[in-house]
Amino acid sequence: MLYFAWVREAIGAGSEQVDPPAEVTSVSDLITWLADRSEGHARALADRARLRAAVDQHFVPLDAALGKAREVALFPPVTGG
Amino acid sequence: MIHILVSSDTIDAGAELRAIHVDGAGGVASFTGLVRGDDGVETLELEHYPAVTEAALTKLADEAVTRWNLIGARIVHRVGVMVPGDTVVFVGAAARHRAAALEACAYLIDRLKTDAPFWKRETRAEGARWVEQRDTDREAAAKWD
Repeated sequence: MLYFAWVREAIGAGSEQVDPPAEVTSVSDLITWLADRSEGHARALADRARLRAAVDQHFVPLDAALGKAREVALFPPVTGG
Repeated sequence: MIHILVSSDTIDAGAELRAIHVDGAGGVASFTGLVRGDDGVETLELEHYPAVTEAALTKLADEAVTRWNLIGARIVHRVGVMVPGDTVVFVGAAARHRAAALEACAYLIDRLKTDAPFWKRETRAEGARWVEQRDTDREAAAKWD
């Protein structure tokens, strides 16, 4: 897992290794599962309207399937430029 | 010719502009984004997703080159800590004629704001806060769909 911006700050880490159970098949499932890991995770992941995701370095909607993903990133809407 | 750079180094917008004055170009358009010091902003920090940022910018530049038949496209984005007046981003488009250069330049900066994984954090005397994406930025990017 990779986290950026305020998602990273609330969770308290920029990255972590996780091994979710087989029933976690989508990014949305993964967010639900991650939210139970700590108070920081719960706070960071509470408002899905403010979350965006990338699976194996490709931007995806939150209902996207995980497949055999090795790297999932969660972050706020981008604000560059 | 596409040139993409993401770096914590200072951006020299004049040098970037000269670099996109490429052979065959009849018109060059550029946009330079600066750190605003309004509302007491003391520093602006840019975080990004290193493995993905340059690929996202390259994809944008490729799309612009194809859509407007550009001769050159250049995107230079700074990351790390900046102060008001610093250059955050330089975007340039070179084409045979002005309309393509101007449109492609607007496309590049509009889409960069919604498609490239950068996040801004502003620090003022009272503390730091993450900048929220604006509806106007989403609308500006969507008009190129």
